[in-house]
Amino acid sequence: MVHFSVPKIPGSEITPKEAYVSRRTLLAAAGMALGAGFPAGGRAAQPERARSHFSTDEAPTSLGDITSYNNYYEFGTSKSDPKAHAGGLTTRPWTVKVDGLVNRPAEYQLEDFIKPYTLEDRIFRHRCVEAWSMVIPWVGIPLAEVLKRADPQGSAKFVAFKTLVRPSEMRGQAGLFQTLDWPYVEGLRLDEAMHPLATLAVGLYGETLPNQNGAPLRLVLPWKYGFKGIKAIVGIRLVEQQPPTSWNNQAPHEYGFYANVNPQVDHPRWSQATERVIGSGFFGRRKPTLMFNGYGDQVAGLYSGLDLRASF
Amino acid sequence: MRMPVLACYAAGFLPLIWTAFLAVTDGLGADPVLELEYRLGLWALRLLILGLSITPLRQLAGVNLLRFRRAVGLLAFYYVLLHAAAYAILDQSLDWAAIGANILNHLYLTIGFVGLLLLVPLAVTSNRYAIRRLGNRWRGLHKLVYVVAALAAVHFLLSVKSWPMEPVIYAAIVAGLLLCRIRLQRRREKQSSASAAVDERHSGVSSVRPPLPSRRTA
Ligand code: HEM
Ligand code: HEM
Repeated sequence: MVHFSVPKIPGSEITPKEAYVSRRTLLAAAGMALGAGFPAGGRAAQPERARSHFSTDEAPTSLGDITSYNNYYEFGTSKSDPKAHAGGLTTRPWTVKVDGLVNRPAEYQLEDFIKPYTLEDRIFRHRCVEAWSMVIPWVGIPLAEVLKRADPQGSAKFVAFKTLVRPSEMRGQAGLFQTLDWPYVEGLRLDEAMHPLATLAVGLYGETLPNQNGAPLRLVLPWKYGFKGIKAIVGIRLVEQQPPTSWNNQAPHEYGFYANVNPQVDHPRWSQATERVIGSGFFGRRKPTLMFNGYGDQVAGLYSGLDLRASF
Repeated sequence: MRMPVLACYAAGFLPLIWTAFLAVTDGLGADPVLELEYRLGLWALRLLILGLSITPLRQLAGVNLLRFRRAVGLLAFYYVLLHAAAYAILDQSLDWAAIGANILNHLYLTIGFVGLLLLVPLAVTSNRYAIRRLGNRWRGLHKLVYVVAALAAVHFLLSVKSWPMEPVIYAAIVAGLLLCRIRLQRRREKQSSASAAVDERHSGVSSVRPPLPSRRTA
């Protein structure tokens, strides 16, 4: 059961019924693929989900804010671009390829990809490198499960992720001004990727993931800055060397490979000591940012011996 | 009928009124503080650009907006002030230690802050009395507007991730206007030295600079 107080959502931000129903249908389809038995019809058509014990008790940010304030440069550089332009992205059928240094490489249809797992409600804090934050109720599966299924070989040390390239539907990938090299790529050390907090999200607020949030499949790493959370994933590859990552390529001195939330290491542009809490209105005070975004108890062990100032 | 300068001020405050309206009606989106900061900063930059365009507009297009110059300049200054106030009050909750550290440690803020500081002497000396008293020195002082415009463009470029189109376009416009300025200045110097030579021959009086224009309506 999911427990959280329903945030106040202004009338204008309430999702239109049609969008809501179709999203639910998509998630239900995922549930169908899951093989979860459920009674016919109505709300009960939603798949069973488990609540992750990693979830925070903090009140989630409103659905309206989560779906209208996004950094997703495939659709444009403004935060309102993804909501305005991501709607046209075709997310079914969707193929995810898992390959590289694994004993069981495979290309999956999305439904088959998530079929073996129980979807979990994971309410995580989200901290953007631009010093703002949200609390987001994701629906997803642990990345570790997917990697175990692929059975990494001993030489595999890193995981590389890749976003779809489809300029016809992703307007940020077309045109004169290209802000990043496409495809967007991200990477993790294998032990980071195996951490139980590392999540592949397919849903938001109990519904199928909206396109502007990275549908149909995105990475969620609550202890890292948001740009590590690669969206619209089509490829997961196990590799031996540290893979290139998009923002690090773009500006190596500004965006590290690790990108762990760290209030002590400033970005050249933003102090990372505090964050603006989205939804707190005009007079909400900034909140102190926590080391590893408050997930230090879980993840700090991954980085013992690493100089977090040099490896930012 | 000539448009009174007051109308210029009224028009100049429309974006502020519109932004305030959006602010109170929940129309600035998920991150209203940043959006407010952005909109005020963008209008400040647009007004700086408008201020720099007035002379070229007259010389190249024959559009005479000279008498709005002071209004446009002051409006730009007000928007910069409001932009910085939004940052200090709403974004940083007047945490002066944090504001100071940010201005010192983050180049785009240092640059924006210097821009703001350089506009202050212009605003302070914008009255008729100061202009008359300072004479040609006022002109020299006023050259700061070119520095401010350049600083503002760089501040904008550095405030964003990667190289999105908008700040690049604004920077290109500012660069164009500054180049335009340099060329006009060169031409003027050539003309005035030529005419100075003529003057000297006929009257023995050297006037390297043309006299300050009338400030009746400026
Ligand atoms: C801070 C407030 C400002 C005030 C009160 C102000 C006022 C004035 C006044 C009264 C003049 C004299 C008119 C003349 O000589 O024809 C002038 C000239 C000028 N102003 Fe401003 N202004 C301000 C800021 C700005 C800004 C921000 C810009 C553009 C970025 C600007 C651009 C100019 C230019 C290019 C001139 C002509 C100077 C010259 O030819 O040497 N001013 N301003
Ligand atoms: C000449 C004076 C200034 C001008 C013309 C100016 C203009 C701008 C512009 C155009 C932007 C980008 C807006 C956008 O992305 O749409 C911006 C951003 C910003 N400016 Fe200024 N600004 C000035 C001075 C200042 C000062 C004095 C401060 C504070 C001390 C300041 C703080 C900021 C902040 C915090 C941002 C947003 C950066 C971010 O978090 O993304 N600016 N400014």
